[in-house]
Amino acid sequence: MQEIVEHLTPLLSEITGYIYPNEIELHWGLLVVIYPYLTGLVAGAFILASLVKVFNVREVQPTYRISLLTALAFLIVAPLPLLAHLGHPDKSFEIFLTPNMSSAMAMFGFVYAWYLMAVLLLEIWFDYRQDLITWSREKQGFKKWMYRILSLFSTDTSEDALRFDRKASKIITVIGIPSAFLLHGYVGFIFGSIKANPWWSSVLMPIVFLFSAIVSGISLVLLIYMIITPLRGKELDMGCLDKIASYMFYAMIVDFSLEALDFIHRIYESEESIKILGEMVSGKLFTSLIVVQLLIGMIIPLIAITFIKLFRQTPPELRRLIYFVSAILVQVGIFSTRWNVVIGGQLFSKSFSGLTVYKMTFLGLEGLLVSIGLLVLPFLILYVLFLMLPPWMEKIKS
Amino acid sequence: MKNEKIQKIKDKRKKEKVTRRNFVRTFLFTFASLLTPPIVLAEEKIKKTRAWILGENYNPYEHHWGMGIDINKCIGCGRCADACKKENVVPDEPFFFRTWVERYRIYDGNQTVIDSPNGAINGFKDQDQENRNLTRSFFVPKICNQCENPPCVQVCPVGATFITPDGVVLVDDEYCIGCRYCIQACPYGARYLHPETKAADKCTFCYHRISQDLLPACVEVCPTQARIFGEVKKKASPLVRFLRMNKVRVLKPDLNTEPKVFYANLDMEVK
Repeated sequence: MQEIVEHLTPLLSEITGYIYPNEIELHWGLLVVIYPYLTGLVAGAFILASLVKVFNVREVQPTYRISLLTALAFLIVAPLPLLAHLGHPDKSFEIFLTPNMSSAMAMFGFVYAWYLMAVLLLEIWFDYRQDLITWSREKQGFKKWMYRILSLFSTDTSEDALRFDRKASKIITVIGIPSAFLLHGYVGFIFGSIKANPWWSSVLMPIVFLFSAIVSGISLVLLIYMIITPLRGKELDMGCLDKIASYMFYAMIVDFSLEALDFIHRIYESEESIKILGEMVSGKLFTSLIVVQLLIGMIIPLIAITFIKLFRQTPPELRRLIYFVSAILVQVGIFSTRWNVVIGGQLFSKSFSGLTVYKMTFLGLEGLLVSIGLLVLPFLILYVLFLMLPPWMEKIKS
Repeated sequence: MKNEKIQKIKDKRKKEKVTRRNFVRTFLFTFASLLTPPIVLAEEKIKKTRAWILGENYNPYEHHWGMGIDINKCIGCGRCADACKKENVVPDEPFFFRTWVERYRIYDGNQTVIDSPNGAINGFKDQDQENRNLTRSFFVPKICNQCENPPCVQVCPVGATFITPDGVVLVDDEYCIGCRYCIQACPYGARYLHPETKAADKCTFCYHRISQDLLPACVEVCPTQARIFGEVKKKASPLVRFLRMNKVRVLKPDLNTEPKVFYANLDMEVK
């Protein structure tokens, strides 16, 4: 109680115009920014993996398993920021046990469980089954048992069985694509369906979320692939890199167009809220929206990759550098996209007469420290997954 | 003949063998059962809460509550906001309100200044010191609109907030998980997260009072009877008289929330 009051009192002097008295406390903070960021990465990484299985894009094969494991690592962490932000984390299970069918948020449990159980784990299992069996035969002691358990004690490596594995993982990917769309489109719907909030309330929201998810997921896998391959002392597959960067580029163009459409539509319709939103965008949200999200996270990488596409003779070193830097910028940009949606939607008053402020805390469950922890955790999980289930494709071929 | 029999038995055995297909099918079905936890619909939970809140003498199905607010009568004394905090043990700090009063000052050139210092609990003390011509000025009490079509109830993931048969939107604070989706969904800023219970909180029309045949605290203390409480539909109700005698408006009608708080003499600047 005392803590909240001490946090809120200094904010009173930073309000401009008039806000409803209950609006001084900004309810969805940094943790709720991280949640859509993480699920976006999951959905995007999975879409990249599906390119190999469903659309037969052979070039990106080296990143297939990396994408799947990345999706899994981030999916495991995705619900944690939500849990930490609840007033009563101890009652969170009620969402699963007594869901209110009219609530978009209540569907979280179903969407999440479906995606984890029916899509990601199954696909990984089928893809790794043969290797799990091989490893369980090769290794000794604890590892032998770990792989036996992970393979669910299957031992059949006949040609028939392998054909079935391939077929199953293809079918699961086909189901997985709409599921990945559902996973992240649904997060967009949570915001897009709030009619009280003109910054959120947009039918485009789920689609914008989806394409920004694809952009962020692809760029993350690109980064992981570019960092981990030299660390393993292997050569980067330039064909693969070019292809992934291309897909990132195309997804960015769609994402950019959608966001531009949303922007133009708002200005053209010029509804009641346009004044206060304009004030917000040109003021408190200028740096994170115009500078970081639009310029650094979108326009600069787009120009850089266009440059590579125009001058095909660019030396590989330069291409790699541009891809790497662009992917980092894209990550920063997408994080700031999430920030601008979540925080931006709460900076203006629903009375449309004033703006409030968001002050992050450092300690505490909703503070910066926990958030950084939640952003690092998926990489730790991914590291363990890489150790347990090496995704390196060179070995498999030989 | 014998060979044929043996072949048949072999075929049969082949069929009974645990094939991959069978294994995977059973496996998938086993997983499917994991995905169906015992579901209790929110509706069921709400029924229990209803029974717990209401006494024996009050039948919520016989009532339908609403409120009328006459802007012309409000003097901005803030007694209502103060009484509400005392009656409902709302934290004293100026960030948590079930009801508050806004002051509107509209100057030449349609410049609007709105304020509500501490929800108007201490009244409005600062006088106009600006050298501008005041076109019009008035006070607007705000409260949960007890919508017929409440977005907060729609979005609550667990059904902790619900609409009673008598039309009041309530929160079960022991059931609320504190996700704050309802606070985001309310267009009127009528909800806050209670800093102690960590549950969403809002105006209940003083449900503990109205179910005992008493008026809500804010209505009871209003010195000018700017707030009128009563039945929306019954003819003998003071609210129905209010609705007959005044031209009324609701807040943000375009959002189709169908509020049951009706304002008489509401200005276009009020949002």
